[in-house]
Amino acid sequence: MSRVAEFLFRRRGGAGWHWTDVFTWFWLIGGLIVMFGPALWLVNSSFKTPAALAEFPPTVLPYVTAEAIVEGYEEPLQLFEVRNDDGSVRVLAEVRRLGTVAQMVDPANPGEIIRVNIQNRTPKRSIAFALDNYVQPFLAFDFFLYLRNSVFVTVVATLITLLTNSMAAFALSKYNFRGRSAVMMLIVATLMVPLSVILVPLYSVISAMGLFNSLWGVILPTVATPTGVFMLRQYMLTIPDELIEAARMDKASEWQIYWRIILPLTAPALAVLAIFSVVWRWNDFLWPLIVLSRKEVYTLQVGLNTYAGELNVQWHYILAMTVVTMIPVVLVFIFLQRFITTGIAGSGLK
Amino acid sequence: MGDVRNGIATRAGAMILAPVGWLANVFDAPLRMLQRRTGSNGMAVFFLAPNMLVFGIFVLFPLVINILYSMTGGGALFLGDRTFVGADQYGRLFSCGSYLDPKSCTEDLFWIAVWNTLAFVVLQVAMMVAVALVTALVLNRELRARSFWRAVFFFPVLLSPVVVGLIWRWILQRQGLLNLMVFEAGGTPVNWLVERNWAFTATIMVSVWAHVGFYALILLAGLQAIPKDLYEAAEMDGTRPLRVFWRITLPLLAPNLLVVLVLTLIRAVQIFDEVYVLTGGGPGTSTLFLTQYIYEVGFASMLRNPGLASAASILMGAVLVVLTLIQLGIARRNEQRGKMR
Repeated sequence: MSRVAEFLFRRRGGAGWHWTDVFTWFWLIGGLIVMFGPALWLVNSSFKTPAALAEFPPTVLPYVTAEAIVEGYEEPLQLFEVRNDDGSVRVLAEVRRLGTVAQMVDPANPGEIIRVNIQNRTPKRSIAFALDNYVQPFLAFDFFLYLRNSVFVTVVATLITLLTNSMAAFALSKYNFRGRSAVMMLIVATLMVPLSVILVPLYSVISAMGLFNSLWGVILPTVATPTGVFMLRQYMLTIPDELIEAARMDKASEWQIYWRIILPLTAPALAVLAIFSVVWRWNDFLWPLIVLSRKEVYTLQVGLNTYAGELNVQWHYILAMTVVTMIPVVLVFIFLQRFITTGIAGSGLK
Repeated sequence: MGDVRNGIATRAGAMILAPVGWLANVFDAPLRMLQRRTGSNGMAVFFLAPNMLVFGIFVLFPLVINILYSMTGGGALFLGDRTFVGADQYGRLFSCGSYLDPKSCTEDLFWIAVWNTLAFVVLQVAMMVAVALVTALVLNRELRARSFWRAVFFFPVLLSPVVVGLIWRWILQRQGLLNLMVFEAGGTPVNWLVERNWAFTATIMVSVWAHVGFYALILLAGLQAIPKDLYEAAEMDGTRPLRVFWRITLPLLAPNLLVVLVLTLIRAVQIFDEVYVLTGGGPGTSTLFLTQYIYEVGFASMLRNPGLASAASILMGAVLVVLTLIQLGIARRNEQRGKMR
């Protein structure tokens, strides 16, 4: 034991433990628990049956109480392990309970009623994952529709964002024209206008265009991201102008220069913007909440919020669907978080 | 082996890019004609057009008519159908016996939201900056697997506000994980989201939990830009860690801290999504914040009043503009200082 401890607490250069080292590890381990714990608990809970979810104190593993169909009874009966006076244990099914005495039957011999004091019995339970939580929302509710809507919004908005932002960034980095700095100022100014400030007029614009209750009404206002234009412009400024001059000599059109030279060279920045855009659009909530009022056009976020806001919250479904909603973002996190963290550290955008 | 994999990747990439190349060719002919008219430099307008069109329609135009909306009354949606009322909406927002007592105001909910938001901003920003700073300092130490630990704190940043709200609703509910811990520790379970003060505290904690990783990253980048020789010199002089922190780290990190401070302020003023899912503004109005007030008055409540909602949103926008100008000023100063170095 002391060897293990010695190995674990050995420090480089034989230096001792300073209080800052203790604090560092306290913060890191605490952070690990606090940051991942809640999400893991949610995933864990999503595999429990409604009965198991209603239990307090909650168990860590998803248990279900065992039931059996007994001859002569219409409903399935709950099984209990009953301790006999001689210490042996047998499994009985409960017919009904009167005060502290339960009337039970042996499934093998359903004719005979046995009276048992409830202190002498424990529910028979087994571990089982309630996969129904995941299946039912797709079959009985509209979650498949919401999922499809969310995917559509995310993919289309990201593609349009990449195209329009890169075109604008190209114009702002590689051309000299009158009013260029004015355009830049205008884009900077829009950084100051968050959605929450223009909700009412934007809603009227969308309605006037007939885009209320349409996924396009969710997509279009989000695609001209100032941060995207900025980021791509910064990147394109590093591409040497000589490349463009050479292409012009070879009679390439401006469109070809943009499409065949600039875009491929901007690929790393485009990739970062694409990741950001996917996360942004997948997570959008306030604007879809306003534009989408019919269930057929709900995105996952809006649908989830609606079901969670109902008086009689069906937590077992909500939990499972929250996990489903989390999946794409968790995948992005696992595979691409290095891109994002370096992207943020470099540019300070989110 | 690597060659084979590269070959497959190249071929797959070519297959994905084939329609893209086709798209380029289709567009090329008409665009060449356009270019003949505008000249190559004139094509800049063409490249700018889609983005600026979207900006114009969905940002600038709404911004301008927002001012008109705030000067009209009634429940009609389109500006043409609305009646001009001048500054009445602002007058209504500001008609108060005493601004400190929302009950004495005509629009009591607005002032409840204002005071709630103010309290939230002060507490949340202080806590956010403190936790982000400690996290950045910890992550800046010599750690094995630093990128792993960095990712740990960054994880909740990517989660959607709805997911964040639901995760914590599940944990804070009467029979949730937190009450299990309280119960195991021998305490009496609390109904966290039904008790006013606890619900308000929860909104602060949850929003810090969800975003602190982002700000910690910005501060970490700032810490890593501090020259190492300063620390080496301090170590040779045998300076104590706390003194090193006050005399070297904090002054040199000040510009980044300022950026984080203003950014958190801007975000905290607009807080809506995760709180709306977590508490819905309740219990009562104890977690009703400004954006939710605007949303409810403009869209959700039975007595919809778009004019009032826009007036409130313009007041909030004015605060945000001031904060953003400060942020841009700081960013510019930092940039110049960076150039001088």
